[in-house]
Amino acid sequence: MTVKLTSRTEGAACVVALEGEINSTTSGGLQAQLLPFIGQEGKVLIDLSGVSYISSAGLRTLLIVHRRAQQVRARVTLVSLSEEVRFVMSATGFLDFFEVTDDLDDALERAGR
Amino acid sequence: MTVEELRERVDGFPTRRIHGYRVRAGRPFPYGAHRVPGGITFSVYSDRATAMSLVLFERGAKEPTAELPFPPEFRVGSVYAMTVFGLDAENLEYGFRADGPFDPAAGDRFDASKVLSDPYARLVSGRDVWGAEPDWDDVYPYRARIPDDDFDWGDDTSPSIPTEDLVIYETHVRGFTRHPSSGVSAPGTYAGLREKIPYLRELGVNCVELLPVFEFDELDNPRTDPRTGERLHNYWGYNTVSFFAPKAGYAATGRFGMQADEFKSLVRELHRAGIEIVLDVVFNHTAEGNEQGPTISFRGLDNATYYMLTPRGEYYNFSGTGNTVNCNHPVVRDFVLSCLRYWVSEYHIDGFRFDLAAILDRAPDGTPLPNPPLLEQLAYDPVLRHTKLIAEAWDAAGLYQVGHFPNYGRWSEWNGQFRDTVRRFVKGDAGLVGELATRMAGSPDLYQGRTSSASVNFVTAHDGFTLNDLVSYNGKHNEANGENNNDGADDNHSWNCGEEGPSASAHVRELRTRQMKNMLTILLTSQGVPMLLAGDEAGRTQLGNNNTYCQDNELSWFDWGLVDGPTAERELLDFTRALIAFRHAHPVLRSADHPIGADRVGSGYPDISWHGVRAWSPDWSDHSRTLALMRCGRHAKDGTVRDDHVYIAVNAHWEGHDLELPHLPPGDAWHLFADTTMTAARPLGAETPLEHPGRYHLGPHSAVVLVGRAADPR
Repeated sequence: MTVKLTSRTEGAACVVALEGEINSTTSGGLQAQLLPFIGQEGKVLIDLSGVSYISSAGLRTLLIVHRRAQQVRARVTLVSLSEEVRFVMSATGFLDFFEVTDDLDDALERAGR
Repeated sequence: MTVEELRERVDGFPTRRIHGYRVRAGRPFPYGAHRVPGGITFSVYSDRATAMSLVLFERGAKEPTAELPFPPEFRVGSVYAMTVFGLDAENLEYGFRADGPFDPAAGDRFDASKVLSDPYARLVSGRDVWGAEPDWDDVYPYRARIPDDDFDWGDDTSPSIPTEDLVIYETHVRGFTRHPSSGVSAPGTYAGLREKIPYLRELGVNCVELLPVFEFDELDNPRTDPRTGERLHNYWGYNTVSFFAPKAGYAATGRFGMQADEFKSLVRELHRAGIEIVLDVVFNHTAEGNEQGPTISFRGLDNATYYMLTPRGEYYNFSGTGNTVNCNHPVVRDFVLSCLRYWVSEYHIDGFRFDLAAILDRAPDGTPLPNPPLLEQLAYDPVLRHTKLIAEAWDAAGLYQVGHFPNYGRWSEWNGQFRDTVRRFVKGDAGLVGELATRMAGSPDLYQGRTSSASVNFVTAHDGFTLNDLVSYNGKHNEANGENNNDGADDNHSWNCGEEGPSASAHVRELRTRQMKNMLTILLTSQGVPMLLAGDEAGRTQLGNNNTYCQDNELSWFDWGLVDGPTAERELLDFTRALIAFRHAHPVLRSADHPIGADRVGSGYPDISWHGVRAWSPDWSDHSRTLALMRCGRHAKDGTVRDDHVYIAVNAHWEGHDLELPHLPPGDAWHLFADTTMTAARPLGAETPLEHPGRYHLGPHSAVVLVGRAADPR
């Protein structure tokens, strides 16, 4: 099982789309791939619509990325969480830490301003 | 790379291979399984084993992936420790196999056919979803796992509320929100409880005490409901499988193994709301039961260390459940201490209530010790130094220590005498006025030389009738428990107010509500630490069942319709809220020192004074059923803060009485806060002046609370 990462620039924002499962096997590599986006100009939107499951290790990876972003005053938004991912993040309290939206277009528009 | 990053360690490399796994000798401490650079160190103690191996499973696999014997060189003393490199902790389940003698008379019950759970496992899988049918043939039913223990606590810290200022709310994680009416997104879970924090805030409680949350098996009850044939559960959970692991089935995310995060998130949010959390912990026995019980962990690792055994090697049964943990054995003391330290440091737990705590002061042969080392150690431990320690100061073998539990100035006790006295007085038993006075003053007879926070006052708890059932049933009705109504306590001191069970009579219903309010009034104005049973504030019923340990259904669950549905008990709920707010607003009710009945601050009034129909003339006689007391506000918090005078009168008589009120200092006047014959209490600060400044009519079966403060300018 792998997690696939694709990125594109939309206006002032960088959209990083993930696909697959974020677990202990994939999260280490994913963290290394995600961190370079942090600290670039503009906002980073992590599109999770293709992510079916995030394990305990995966949640930590996302939170570390988020904390690293805060250190450099960058902004990371999670976009389009599946119902299951959102449920798990909500129950464990991880959701409280993140900026989250269901609507990519809306997030892009706000990032552009 | 920065200097802050750790350099590689020279012991971060394997020294040999066992069955293809790269390993080296591990460090014996800490016990359990812990991540180290490149691997995981497993450490387990057994004094009498002749061989030990580490059994590894892939998550959920029926059969082990590998079994690695500990080489003799990997043993330090009686501790086996090994680091295994290259494991994926998230997908790993592990256990131990211990070989050794099976010689019960000598205390040994080794069984090499079993895979044993790690006593120090911090995450356990096997009962991940509450009630879900497991594989009963699993070779390893309660599987140790390794949690991610990094958690973002932010600046979370204990609210550090002085014990005497607590209002404790005893509840059950599942029962609190499992009822369909709860309206939470994850009913019956830690997350569900977290969603109800606003309710707790509004109620005014500042401490939640949870029934056991250490991993247990809700399916270990073989009984069925004789009337419906449905499975009965071990719903309360007083049968611990794993002491370091939070119950997975209480987590909405238990099936993903995220119960630790979910529980920590609950604690963090409770603290943020100013609410402490106390855990009910069961160190007196384990889920392994007696000789016929399952071998899960301790029995197979070192039976003679962990259990109290007779000279013939049989299990002592001081707990009434088959075995008794050998709490004052040095190794077990260390286990208990490590466990509590773990919950305080890792989960930010604020206190513990010890089930059948009298067992904790028994020696390995069962003799009660005058200076039990475990209790002393817990009292002085640096990590636990500010942790609330509450004892259920009795056990199932007749050791009753309410009032003389070894306390080291630290331990509080569930005051069972408060419960019985208040129940008996309110139902109308004669001859109790003197004893009630003592209970309301913080039970100085029991807790001489200790502060009043030694007394946790309660009228109801999970074990026994709910408050509503206490005024609705004369006898218990436990048929649903499958033991012909033979289980559960018989000395309930309850009174049904004229009719057994639900009643259509307006008179009976009104009297019941009043009786509940009377008991709540006494509880929440008494000195000591009040504890409420969840749901009592809204009149929750268990239909007369006083032992719902096995009832995972509407009998036990909190029906939130009582709070905001068409059947809401608003009157009782609002009254309870008002009383809790009153207690918080009046420090005179919450002094640490016991009152002595004398003026200690030069106010002209004793700290506590007793009254009857005539002021200053309490009727202590056997036929009396009326008592009034006044707390002098100048004595609040032992004279350190100013408060109003508070006057409380309780009447268990079926006739009313005209009370003459004690005079107040010039300029002050009595104001009515609450009268249980009236629907609602007055809002704080808006108490109403009395019609007759020096008199008050106390109705039959009622209680009244007055405050003496500056008269309203007219």
